[in-house]
Amino acid sequence: MTETAAPVLRTRGLARHFGGLAAVKDVSIECRMREVHAVIGPNGAGKTTLINLLSGDLRPSAGSVILGDEDITGLEPHRISKLGVGRSYQKTNVFLPFTAFENCRLAAQSRLKSSMRFFRPALSDQDLNAVAEQALIAVGLDSKGGLAVAALSHGEQRQVEIAMTLATNPRVLLLDEPLAGMGAEESARIVELLKKLASDHAILLVEHDMDAVFAVADVLTVMVNGMVLESGTPEQVRSSRAVQEAYLGTEELLHE
Amino acid sequence: MDIHTFLIQLLNGVQYGLLLFLVSSGLTLVFGIMGIINVAHGSFYMIGAYLAWSLTGQLGSFWIALPAGIALSAAIGLALEALLINKLYSRDHLYQVLLTYGLILVFEETRSILWGDDVRGLPIPEAISGSFPLSDTLSYPYYRLWISAVCLVVAGLMVWVIRKTRLGMIIRAGATNREMVQSLGLNIQLVYRVVFAAGITLAAFAGMIAAPVSAVFPGMGNQVLIVCFVVIVIGGLGSVKGAMVASLLIGLVDTFGKVVHLEIAGLKLLPELSSMTVYLLMAVVLLWRPEGIFGRRL
Amino acid sequence: MMANRVRLAVLVAGVAALALLPFFAEKFTMQMITKIMIMAILAMSLDLLLGYTGLVSFGHAAFYGAAGYALALVTPHDQAANFWTSFPLAIAASALLALAIGFFVVRTRGVYFIMVTLAFAQMLFFVFHDTRIAGGSDGIYIDVRPVARIGGWQPFNLDNFAHVYYLALGLMVLVYVFLRVVLRSPFGHAIVGIRVNEHRMQSLGYPTFRYKLACFVIAGAIAGIAGYLSAIQFGAVNPEMMGWHLSAAVMMMVILGGMGTLVGPAIGAAIWMLLELSFQGLPQAGGVDLGKHWQLFMGAFIVLATLFLPNGLIGIVKLLHRGKEGADD
Repeated sequence: MTETAAPVLRTRGLARHFGGLAAVKDVSIECRMREVHAVIGPNGAGKTTLINLLSGDLRPSAGSVILGDEDITGLEPHRISKLGVGRSYQKTNVFLPFTAFENCRLAAQSRLKSSMRFFRPALSDQDLNAVAEQALIAVGLDSKGGLAVAALSHGEQRQVEIAMTLATNPRVLLLDEPLAGMGAEESARIVELLKKLASDHAILLVEHDMDAVFAVADVLTVMVNGMVLESGTPEQVRSSRAVQEAYLGTEELLHE
Repeated sequence: MDIHTFLIQLLNGVQYGLLLFLVSSGLTLVFGIMGIINVAHGSFYMIGAYLAWSLTGQLGSFWIALPAGIALSAAIGLALEALLINKLYSRDHLYQVLLTYGLILVFEETRSILWGDDVRGLPIPEAISGSFPLSDTLSYPYYRLWISAVCLVVAGLMVWVIRKTRLGMIIRAGATNREMVQSLGLNIQLVYRVVFAAGITLAAFAGMIAAPVSAVFPGMGNQVLIVCFVVIVIGGLGSVKGAMVASLLIGLVDTFGKVVHLEIAGLKLLPELSSMTVYLLMAVVLLWRPEGIFGRRL
Repeated sequence: MMANRVRLAVLVAGVAALALLPFFAEKFTMQMITKIMIMAILAMSLDLLLGYTGLVSFGHAAFYGAAGYALALVTPHDQAANFWTSFPLAIAASALLALAIGFFVVRTRGVYFIMVTLAFAQMLFFVFHDTRIAGGSDGIYIDVRPVARIGGWQPFNLDNFAHVYYLALGLMVLVYVFLRVVLRSPFGHAIVGIRVNEHRMQSLGYPTFRYKLACFVIAGAIAGIAGYLSAIQFGAVNPEMMGWHLSAAVMMMVILGGMGTLVGPAIGAAIWMLLELSFQGLPQAGGVDLGKHWQLFMGAFIVLATLFLPNGLIGIVKLLHRGKEGADD
């Protein structure tokens, strides 16, 4: 990366306590447009808590989150989403009884100024239908749009999870282990998708799949025990002694 | 208001609050530990009162009627849990509410068939009748003090059982992790049966000791149920501590609301709208902390 | 698609049958059916909350009673109110009440929501029952029914029970169509999404509080339509119209018929009213007037139905057809 554009999303001294436990401690990171920022670390390192703090699912105990010029610390999730931050969940968080298409359509509908419209049928909005269709195509599920998500395989449900996030047309993508539970072919497709998305989004990616991480990441942050251990280019992080001792040496154990 | 009147209202408020605690603690325990919302809970308060009236008449003594009533209530509770309540564990709250509402109708009509719809009275038992003087003209009934004392003793017993006994430990464990308790070989089904029976017996007992001072009438169960809901919403579902704090708060606010005069901008608010005070309290809590003062976010 | 056509045909046939009924039935039956249709409107409004949004409101009758009381209070003594002004006014009263109560209760979830809706409805019940604001426990008589006059023309006469029957039928059909349209709209899709996974809806950018509140108000307004009609039919209002017995009864109607179907609750209303009538007509037995204690049987029925018919009758029908539930209409 030659240009250092201003970060589109950054945190300053972000922290979150649960009683006596500090899940996230003094985390200051930056995400830039057209950049994939991967966050890795052992289980319990605070990665999902970090994403929850960024998406508004959790309120910080200390520190701030800034989107562009705006301080979005402590805003409710729906406000943050409307500001252009899309988030996917580690534990599949979809509408199981609905079809894959309806999941994405409902996600796309959120972008209307208001859904307080009572008289026109929702399905008659061709623009929204197109957005939903595009999202399904992007993740490779367009042939299964008419199936109820509950009837899809686990990997396919993960794909719906991502498609929904895409359908909200965010600038910033917060992806929490998008590849979890996916087979090799699906994973490869998603990695290609991530590379394509990286060209016009800012992506924060939490992942355990190291091959995928090193294939797409521009910036790598290693978290241990709620704190940032090391942050920099993949080469820098790889060659860091501290990281090798704390984490990468146990890499094999993580590929369960 | 002079000091004596104030003292009387204070004692009344505390007594009402403690009685309310007895009833609502049963409801909140059953929900906190078993996840069951039992809207027929108020009916047991009514059943207790009618039992006290009926058994005292038949057995001749309030003091014999009390343990008899407790035993009967516990038996009903055990039977109810074994027959109906244990089918509700996996069900939505909606169905628990409806089924127990059906029970209210059954209890109300059974009571109507057995004992009629008239308002009944029960005299204060001889041994604690009489009152102690507060001033030249005012005195306070011993019986009301006795009610408060009994409630405090029961509350203390409850805390002791939950905190210090093995049964209490199992109960607390079962509240947070039913499967784990079951896998440890402990009979969670039996625990639930006992907890449910204890919960409704608390309500019935409260009805029994309240009967001499509050009259025994058909609508008393529904009346107390609504206030219990307010207690639980304010105190937090599943929290015994919350039930105590909220009960006392409501007891005092309700009692003083009926005697205090409050007029704002020519509008007569108290005591005319005294029945609204507890709901206003609930509305305030809902704005500030929807899960209750000591409740956990659902 | 076949199923949709069949369903539409059945609905149209049903409405046609109801429209033709007055030519064959006598007054008592017609009044009974009017009552059922009014309950069907109330039940459909609760289904919007219960079946589609997942909000278990145990105080829904409050909005039914509010509209009835609104009519009673604007009817001048010994004179008729104007239907065209009092009807919208009554609905507005219910809607505003729903907005006021909803503002507080929609903040809560799960069991809390059930409890606070009941508590607020009971508060209202006590206000009307214990104070002299509106006749206390006796309620108010509507001495003269509203007059539906515009200019010199009077399209219908509310003193004529056949006219009231058709008014109820027309409004029931209108309410059904309105709800179907709303459920098909972006709003409708949003509230069902909220029922299925509110957390995800929020993370997708929907301010779910607003949608739930809007739903609560719409349901309240429709309940008001039923309440107004009821006040007309009986010429009187009383606090029981706001009581939790009615709230629970409406819930049972929705469950009996099958919630989340709109038609189910309407059928459930019919079943419930017929059950009530049957139990009330029970004879004496063993020295006990069973008909007087009909609520005992109602209660037992509720207990059994909750245990054995959780999906209501439509659930049984679905089971028999082994069809898949359509996600969208």
